[in-house]
Amino acid sequence: MWEYTDKVKDHFINPRNVGEIENPDGVGEVGSMACGDALKLTFKLDENKKIKEAKFQTFGCASAIASSSALTEMLIGKTLEEAQKITNDDIADYLGGLPKEKMHCSVLGRDALEKAIYCYRGDVEKEIDGNIVCECFGVTDKEIERAVRENRLKTIEEVTNYVKAGGGCENCHENIQKIIDDVYHTTADSAPVKKELTNIQKIRLIEETLEREIKPALQKDGGNIELIDVDGNRVQVKLIGTCATCKASQLTLKNYVEIRLQEMVSPDLIVEEVK
Amino acid sequence: MDIIYMDNNATTKVAPEVLESMLPYLREWYGNASSMHSFGGSVGREIAAAREKVATLINADPGEIIFTSCGTESDSTAINAAIRSNPGKKHIITTRVEHPAIKNLYEYLAKNGYRVTWVPVDKEGVLDLDYLKGNISEDTAIVSVMWANNESGVVFPIDEIARTLRDQGIVFHSDAVQAVGKIPVDVKKTGLDMMSISGHKIHAPKGIGVLYVKKGTKFSPFMIGGHQERNRRGGTENVASIIGLGRASELAISHLEEIDTRVRALRDRLETGLLQKIPNALLNGKKDSRLPNTTNISFEYVEGEAILLMMDQLGICASSGSACTSGSLEPSHVLRAMGVPFTAAHGSIRFSLSTYNTVKEVDFVIENLPPIIERLRKMSPFWKEGACRLQ
Repeated sequence: MWEYTDKVKDHFINPRNVGEIENPDGVGEVGSMACGDALKLTFKLDENKKIKEAKFQTFGCASAIASSSALTEMLIGKTLEEAQKITNDDIADYLGGLPKEKMHCSVLGRDALEKAIYCYRGDVEKEIDGNIVCECFGVTDKEIERAVRENRLKTIEEVTNYVKAGGGCENCHENIQKIIDDVYHTTADSAPVKKELTNIQKIRLIEETLEREIKPALQKDGGNIELIDVDGNRVQVKLIGTCATCKASQLTLKNYVEIRLQEMVSPDLIVEEVK
Repeated sequence: MDIIYMDNNATTKVAPEVLESMLPYLREWYGNASSMHSFGGSVGREIAAAREKVATLINADPGEIIFTSCGTESDSTAINAAIRSNPGKKHIITTRVEHPAIKNLYEYLAKNGYRVTWVPVDKEGVLDLDYLKGNISEDTAIVSVMWANNESGVVFPIDEIARTLRDQGIVFHSDAVQAVGKIPVDVKKTGLDMMSISGHKIHAPKGIGVLYVKKGTKFSPFMIGGHQERNRRGGTENVASIIGLGRASELAISHLEEIDTRVRALRDRLETGLLQKIPNALLNGKKDSRLPNTTNISFEYVEGEAILLMMDQLGICASSGSACTSGSLEPSHVLRAMGVPFTAAHGSIRFSLSTYNTVKEVDFVIENLPPIIERLRKMSPFWKEGACRLQ
């Protein structure tokens, strides 16, 4: 059982500002169901450009809900300039601290806030910044580097606690270590070793996995997926139905289809969409 | 607040009869069974009596029972014995859904010169027996298959695997920690070589386990030390716990029928009640192939840890296969092996009952869990989509 502070428990049992504001000034959505937590933050400004109202909807564990609730409380009454200065550490501090394995919940809050402010300012929503390092949780080198710098992280385990990177198949551990080393001006390089299936085995296994579980899962949401080709480790697919028009289709591809194929077939696979 | 304990696959209450049987060996009878004086010697006789009771529970001979400290030690001992007795063989067969006591040891061996075949399960958690059979080779040293899965409750075809492996010179070991005491287990009828049991899953205390080793099986000890357990496990006997486990074994035999009838009916009532009252709830595990006490249900669009903590407020104890409860970031390897989508695995809850549970408790959970799920779903940004899907 996690050692949660009374404040975390309070914000979990009695969450403040649950819901979604109609016609909000800013919206920030981060995370996904596959990742285990997701947060949708909405806010509205008053005539003095201060945050009048902030609401959240969260899918996740107790600390994710508590972090979201705390964030909305912290936001109300602040100007956007003030709000922008809120860090993930501030959210954790507000709650009297979070277990170290749960720090990613506070990062989720910070990320949603950042997105909501971008949204308000009409900035083009930030595309995935940098290169994906952790394929399991879709975390980029830029995000890891930022977490390392801002929170003075020293180990892979700490990086996993803050941004989830490295918490899945662990194939990216050496790359995460390299980022940590680079931040602290030391370098160490070596490449991970991987093993291979034959081409025919790989294609069969991909088809089987798609048929058995990925297609049924997508069909439940009115979508579907079609295997177009397998070129080395590049799995080319076409999204059909609601998936083809869904804004979250890239998340579905990376966080669900790709993770599942990597798990069932080979960790080297990359899923690409063919329009 | 009363505790409603429905997490018996994690651990069980020490039965009052078990505790009573143990106390004299913590108070008065503290002698060492290996001593020459009769004060210690009488303890040795009681250990022998307990050994017989444990043997009766699984239809073994007392000489085939080795007392260990826990299920994990039993598993490690069995696997090490099989490997050391067959130094030329470098292949191991096991399943993708084993307990960490087996899984992590085999993962370690896979990095140290062994080839490990991980037998898959289907979406209902049923073992792919043909896959297992198809991978047996002359190089296979040991096959380890759990008797019943701790998370889904699905029972594996141990009799058939034992038949397949007979006379092939391959050690067959089963982690029967979840099966013993819940369903009949007869080692003579089944004909397997080694089997692990854990005391605290059958109302004995934590810190006591058993490894069954069939007569004639090649063996080498894991704990090297004194002559205890006929040189197969060094270390002064955990006397009180051994006595307790003997008593627990007697109780387990007498409770088997009740578990198969009354506890099964309670489990079914709980399962049916929850599935009827809560939309978007999915059963994990093949309905008619499970332990009678276990049900595992995924509640879509909500996260397991949040459900557990809300239930905790009401004194209800259960488990989840969600990532957040494990300290890792991925949901349970069992649910993933079953192909349960991440989205449903994160919201999975396992209830595991015992003879101590009552209809009143079951009805309390059926009454109180739906509002918890509803409350968390209202908080979830995904739930609207789910509600739409219902129309």
